[in-house]
Amino acid sequence: MRNLFLFLWRNNFLLLFLILEGLSVFLMVENNKYHNASFLNSANKISATIYSAVNSVTQYLYLKENNEWLATENVKLRMMLPSNKIDTTTKSSLIKDTLFNQQYVFVNARVINGTVNKRNNYLTLDRGYNAGIAPEMGVVTDKGIVGIVKDVSPNFSTVISFLHIKSKVSARFKNSNYFGSLVWEDNNNPTTATLKDIPKHVVFKTGDTLVTTSFSNVYPENIFLGTVKSSEIKPGDNFYTITVRLSTDFYSLTHVYVVKDLLKEEQKQLEAKQDGN
Amino acid sequence: MGIEVLRIFFRFIILVLVQVVLLNNIRLGGYINPYIYVLFVMLLPVRTPKTLLLILSFALGLTVDVFSNTLGLHAAATVFAGFARPGILRALSPREGYEADSSPTIKQMGLQWFIIYCVVMVLSHHIVLFFVEVFRFSEFFSTLTRAFLSSIVTIIIIFISQFLFGSTKTSK
Repeated sequence: MRNLFLFLWRNNFLLLFLILEGLSVFLMVENNKYHNASFLNSANKISATIYSAVNSVTQYLYLKENNEWLATENVKLRMMLPSNKIDTTTKSSLIKDTLFNQQYVFVNARVINGTVNKRNNYLTLDRGYNAGIAPEMGVVTDKGIVGIVKDVSPNFSTVISFLHIKSKVSARFKNSNYFGSLVWEDNNNPTTATLKDIPKHVVFKTGDTLVTTSFSNVYPENIFLGTVKSSEIKPGDNFYTITVRLSTDFYSLTHVYVVKDLLKEEQKQLEAKQDGN
Repeated sequence: MGIEVLRIFFRFIILVLVQVVLLNNIRLGGYINPYIYVLFVMLLPVRTPKTLLLILSFALGLTVDVFSNTLGLHAAATVFAGFARPGILRALSPREGYEADSSPTIKQMGLQWFIIYCVVMVLSHHIVLFFVEVFRFSEFFSTLTRAFLSSIVTIIIIFISQFLFGSTKTSK
């Protein structure tokens, strides 16, 4: 026993190195889970305050693009105003719509920090659980998908960007309903992704549109994902490897929408019952 | 001694801020991410106790991690760089050994010595960092390319910073 302590004391440098590396790996593994109550991320008070301050300066650089974007959005919304439409009914009354219930609710948020150039990218938003945001909600823009909420604090949340090694989104061709999974793999390009699992016999063209399927309980159905850029069949493979041009411009993300699925709990509970049997 | 500790403390804060506010937003061809904060580990005095060196490395890595949402990643790479430093210093030690209160800077050790030291330290940090980030060997060569290209940019930035601000650190 005495020799053991002597050995540890003599090699305390190596021992401390191993302990700290072990701790790092442990933190990394913990951090890769979706649900963790860790406060050591960019949603904590100090780092979020610094990022907010920096963002309040840098957002001026994109003021012009943002104004144009908001103006287009305004035009779109203005066209939806009831005053711009002709009333075709003769009698007006309040109707409770029992045919369509609201399933998805959108919360708007601003991206205050984010990367695109890492192998695994993350974003920070300026809305947290005070605005009703919870982990595992989807994040989209009017152009396409952005990612999944990871952690929330009262006023901030962190998002796993689609540009992440573990990203996987179920995607289908808009015109043929064949589906596969869209991943961001083996490429360091933030403008493209790879679509897998499309069988050999499927017919499609370059430029065909891809949208989300109804399988995901993160994103609503029919959200635009991107267009086919090129495709190949690797020798001996029965599936296409399709390169997809992403519709979301991750370089210029500023305003995003967080998607809240009102029926998610119901679906989950039902599916959990199935797993129990 | 007190002033030296204060200087190291401010170097820590400035390097972390430069890293997370400025360099984390640099996009060069989707490949290159300079990580200049490792300069902090490089510039610690030669006689820094080894255990303190490791603990400071870990604290530095963890601070950068908190800002970039990659808990553990930078900590692992920086602790490795801190672990490698005593060996690198021993391998590069001048014939008469280091002076008692010297720091590994251009001013004190000469340009040629610092180039070799800088290249070895930055590479040992970056290679570990990029491989731990990807955590698989299937992208081996693409990861290696990214690590090398990023190292080159980091080394260039370190040299520019040393020529701009290094001269103030000569007073003892």
